[in-house]
Amino acid sequence: MRYTLSVTVENEPGVLSRVAGLFSGRGFNIESLNVGPTLESGVSVMTITTEGDEQIVEQIVKQLRKLITVIKVVDLTEMKSVLREMILLKVSAVEANRAEILRTVDIFRCKVVDVSIDEITIEATGNHEKIEAIIGLLTRFGVKELSRSGMVAMKRSMQG
Amino acid sequence: MELSGAQILLECLKREGVEVVFGFPGGAVIDIYNELPNASFKHVLVRHEQAAIHAADGYARASGKVGCCLVTSGPGATNTVTGIATAYMDSIPVVILTGQVPTPLIGNDAFQEVDIVGITRPCTKHNFLVKDVTKLAHTIRQAFFIARSGRPGPVLVDLPKDVMQTKTEFVWPETVHMRSYNPNYKPHPGQIHKVAQYLRDAERPLIYAGGGVISSHANEALTWLARKLRIPVTATLMGLGCFPGEDPLWLGMLGMHGTYSANMAVNHADLVLAVGARFDDRVTGKVSTFAPNATLVHIDIDPTSIQKNVSVHVPIVSDCRLALEALKEALTPSLEEYDFEEGHAPWLSKIAAWGKEHPLTYKPSDENIKPQHVVELLHELTHGDAIIATEVGQNQMWAAQFYKFNKPNTFLSSGGLGTMGYGFPAAIGAQFACPGKLVIDVAGDGSIQMNSQELATSVAYNLGIKIVILNNGFLGMVRQWQELFYQRNYCETCMDAQPDFVKLAEAYGAKGFRITRPADLRRGLQEALETPGTVIVDVLVEREENVYPMVPAGASLTDMLLV
Repeated sequence: MRYTLSVTVENEPGVLSRVAGLFSGRGFNIESLNVGPTLESGVSVMTITTEGDEQIVEQIVKQLRKLITVIKVVDLTEMKSVLREMILLKVSAVEANRAEILRTVDIFRCKVVDVSIDEITIEATGNHEKIEAIIGLLTRFGVKELSRSGMVAMKRSMQG
Repeated sequence: MELSGAQILLECLKREGVEVVFGFPGGAVIDIYNELPNASFKHVLVRHEQAAIHAADGYARASGKVGCCLVTSGPGATNTVTGIATAYMDSIPVVILTGQVPTPLIGNDAFQEVDIVGITRPCTKHNFLVKDVTKLAHTIRQAFFIARSGRPGPVLVDLPKDVMQTKTEFVWPETVHMRSYNPNYKPHPGQIHKVAQYLRDAERPLIYAGGGVISSHANEALTWLARKLRIPVTATLMGLGCFPGEDPLWLGMLGMHGTYSANMAVNHADLVLAVGARFDDRVTGKVSTFAPNATLVHIDIDPTSIQKNVSVHVPIVSDCRLALEALKEALTPSLEEYDFEEGHAPWLSKIAAWGKEHPLTYKPSDENIKPQHVVELLHELTHGDAIIATEVGQNQMWAAQFYKFNKPNTFLSSGGLGTMGYGFPAAIGAQFACPGKLVIDVAGDGSIQMNSQELATSVAYNLGIKIVILNNGFLGMVRQWQELFYQRNYCETCMDAQPDFVKLAEAYGAKGFRITRPADLRRGLQEALETPGTVIVDVLVEREENVYPMVPAGASLTDMLLV
């Protein structure tokens, strides 16, 4: 199962390697990772997605809380939350395919951010499944380059 | 008044109550050593940095205070890594001060530069690199606070040379507050209530105690609980001394080399109260068959210890002493209503029968000295009052089995990491913590060679440490496994090329004795123990003696190989 953890940390040198080391030291893989500052100076939020069984992830959450530089850990998996990823994708767009690609861009409400004679670069945001679907549909035209962000996530206000 | 970084460091150590620092100088820490003549504490010069950290660790275990060591950058720092991991696995509070190249050179592959903060990240509770002298005092304060609070552990502080030279106003932070570090000490009252009821109702209760009982000073509360409710007690290697070894309720150690009665008791108990222990694989054997009939209660200050290896029924995240004292309070009124003496009599007599059936024993011999007998005699000759450090392997297990520890902080052994070469430097640290006590290192001929250079330190400070080598010319524990599980293929475990340990002692200015015949053992040990100063006793023991009972790795606790 895929888990999404939101980890609030003191933003100081080495904090990323402390968190990452905790995963690698136990033989677990981080599937995606996003780090960015918060409104409070000196504090960052990491959004980490990982695969594992419940007991392993429970252990990871406890170990994360034990790190001295970690302020808060929230497991968003079981909560109602908004999850978003972003991609930049450069797809081959010869004349014959161009219309179909643009239609797909339209359907998924992506943006075209760069165009050349035979390539289109699109920007897309969405949850994990939507991003997978876009990539899946565009692959047949020839994806030249893909840059994908980690997940960013937020708990919904209404949990009931 | 403005002070240099080095001066601030010494002032901080003084205010933290540091009495002794074990160290070894080098280029990156010359500025600190330059100030040492003005220090409030004693500096002990070791002969290898690994010994500095082990000595600080031994000091911490024997005194219950934070140990401290000081080494230079690069190889000085990397030489402490084994000792740091040793302290980390056993939750021992130590502060390691390492020199570092000047901040402008960090990352340049400068001479004797190493990223020790990066290297020790997975084996310290926390570590710091101090890049700004104005943050030095606060960092040292945090380091000691983190090391001694919560689940204790080693904390490393990396000190660049230029930071030690820079001057600034010294400000001592009166309090430490860290928003991201607030260990929970108090037990949940509801959980205590629940456990108290389990304890009232249990017919076959058992206490399984670990090192947390010793580090939280919970031994008195534990002894009260066991004696008043008539609950038998077993302990891990790290827990030895938390309950009097001569008490009838004491079952001895459990696990791989635990006693028959302790392991059988775990198997038959209907309630196991695990206190400050972590269900290590050497203790549980096959996890799925551990305590199969019992309700498991687990008291530990570290939430990550709970539900890690074994799924327990009642977890209590708390300081062990506070939890046991809360149980004491909850159960005191029950002492009138319940007759625990009678209620637990069948259980205790069953355990006593197991003890009689297969006591901790060995086959005596008139020809060869039995290593177990050496430890038994040490117990007798010291009236059980010595501090015993051990190396790792058979010597460690025999010391744990046959010396009856009555008090906490008297058994110093590398339990989690299993570090050969730990015992002697740890004994040096313990001797500085307890100058009036007799400190003995129970060693093997293999292990002692891993840090024997510290004979120079022991002699230089005129320490009365007695090293008793159980010399079988083998790396005995590995040989035992080879004998039992690898068809006696004694590959590279025979150590018949070894130094003359008597001459080795003499070369360093210590005294050396050799005992070869059982008839001379008692007199020989007595003479060695009565000889002032550092002494090596080289005892030639039965070469292929095994440690029993033994639960093969991964087997159930009841599958014991017996004498």
